[in-house]
Amino acid sequence: MAQNYFQKEIETMPLEEMRKLQSEKLVKQVKHVYENVPYYRNLMDEKGVKPEDIKGIDDLHKLPFLQKSDLRDAYPYGLLGTSLDNCVRIHSTSGTTGRRVVAFYTQNDIDLWEDCCARAIVAVGGTKKDVCQVAYGYGLFTGGFGLNGGSQKVGCLTLPMSSGNTERQVQFMNDLGATILCCTPSYAAYIGEYIKEQGIQPEDISLKAGIFGAEPWTEEMRKGIEKSLGIKAYDIYGLTESTGPGVAFECSEQTGMHINEDHFFAEIIDPDTGEVLPEGSKGELVFTSLDKEGFPLLRYRTRDICVLSREKCSCGRTLVKMAKPMGRTDDMLIIRGVNVFPSQIETVLLNEGYEPNYQIVVDRVKNNDTFEVNVEMTAEKFTDKVSEILKMEKSLANAMKTMLGINPTVRLVAPKSIARSEGKAVRVIDKRKLV
Amino acid sequence: MAIKQLTVFVENKQGALVSITDTLSKHDINIRALSIAETQDFGILRLIVNDEKTAERILSEEGYLIKITEVVGVKIGDAPGKLSAALKVLDENKINMEYLYAFMARTEKHAYVVLRVEDNKTAEKALENAGFHLITDADICKL
Repeated sequence: MAQNYFQKEIETMPLEEMRKLQSEKLVKQVKHVYENVPYYRNLMDEKGVKPEDIKGIDDLHKLPFLQKSDLRDAYPYGLLGTSLDNCVRIHSTSGTTGRRVVAFYTQNDIDLWEDCCARAIVAVGGTKKDVCQVAYGYGLFTGGFGLNGGSQKVGCLTLPMSSGNTERQVQFMNDLGATILCCTPSYAAYIGEYIKEQGIQPEDISLKAGIFGAEPWTEEMRKGIEKSLGIKAYDIYGLTESTGPGVAFECSEQTGMHINEDHFFAEIIDPDTGEVLPEGSKGELVFTSLDKEGFPLLRYRTRDICVLSREKCSCGRTLVKMAKPMGRTDDMLIIRGVNVFPSQIETVLLNEGYEPNYQIVVDRVKNNDTFEVNVEMTAEKFTDKVSEILKMEKSLANAMKTMLGINPTVRLVAPKSIARSEGKAVRVIDKRKLV
Repeated sequence: MAIKQLTVFVENKQGALVSITDTLSKHDINIRALSIAETQDFGILRLIVNDEKTAERILSEEGYLIKITEVVGVKIGDAPGKLSAALKVLDENKINMEYLYAFMARTEKHAYVVLRVEDNKTAEKALENAGFHLITDADICKL
């Protein structure tokens, strides 16, 4: 596909120039944060770092980290970077892993965020001729507003559908000829199923691309969505703490997401030691907002495990690429000495034709880790033969062993029997008392 | 000819079975025969009821996994050796059987056996040829 860029100069900037731009922004940002955010000033003072020690991006590693717990401690105004008078909006996280995060935005923050989303839309082939259906939730959640703003910046006709009401989604999609769909991957998969149930063929709808994010998904899910909707499906990454979707976005190559590093500088660190790791290493992703005003987080630990790459991309963008996060430091389990990410279990389930509704239960009995995976039985697979069900459990356990290297006990359970919290299944129960 | 059996996935936890039977009784569904196959973790409840369509609908609405399976029903005499005679017919015809369960008639001097086999048609033919009387859904409702 012929490449278009929303902000070509930035998106294809040579590395040296980008480092210079990042350095200038960082020096200014650190000084501003030190003077205006007492919470972070204390962290810097504790570490013995002064703003003048930061002369460029190479000095970033000297700064202290911010963690999710800092966001909780500083709630709600402790990390605010400017007067509330200058802020025009807030967004907030769902708060499933603790207290909600409330992030503040100035008009400049919203502009740069919408630019990032516009880059993502143009990267999947979007132009002002497109009709962009935004089926992310609108509200405190960043998804709807972010993509909506990006879509308008590109000049697409924007359908602010928000999430839910699938019948209406499909009706608008058809009647107004939507060409780009933005929503969570699970909702995209659901719309795909709905369309199939209605007897609509993928070629009868005019969608050509989808931008899906806000939750982990696998390559298998991508293939499924692409087939059911007859589109190319692209990943988008973001977090409320940094801004929302658009921190990184996928291009036509579909091999990772370009980070908008003129605004969000990425580092990969060893989650145990905090040491910065070289390019290509797997570790925890850390973001520094280089020019956000309302909520300027420096060295924020995302807990996402991933890899960065500066390999030349066929799309022409020079922005560093991040792999799809392989899991999170807070949900990675070490079972019998082996690292296990719930996303690996999910991949196996999708490969074997199950829904990704599962629960991992880990315990320690007589100094040995027990590892059970409960998986919801599906209507298609259910049979009246006990022997068949036992066979299914065994075959799932074998597939998981191949993926993980350790053997789980797989148990098929009734549909909807796995506890859900705010709509998200509780994935891991670790009963080990390791004191 | 075959009888429609309702199969329900039951989790092995307290109250699981009673909530199913309660749901059925609230809708006036009469259970004619049942069997449960269980493992340590789950059970498979197999039911013959007087109205399997309604039973399937109401249990599905309650979120249960349901499957309707066709099984063979055969009438045998209520005397020693009668079940063996029926099973021998299957054996002689090399018909693989997955499971069976039996129940007594209330008034007649007969027992009934429900057979889950690989191939219903072959089993029915073999049993009829050997002089056995097969029963249908309608027969079950009359019991």
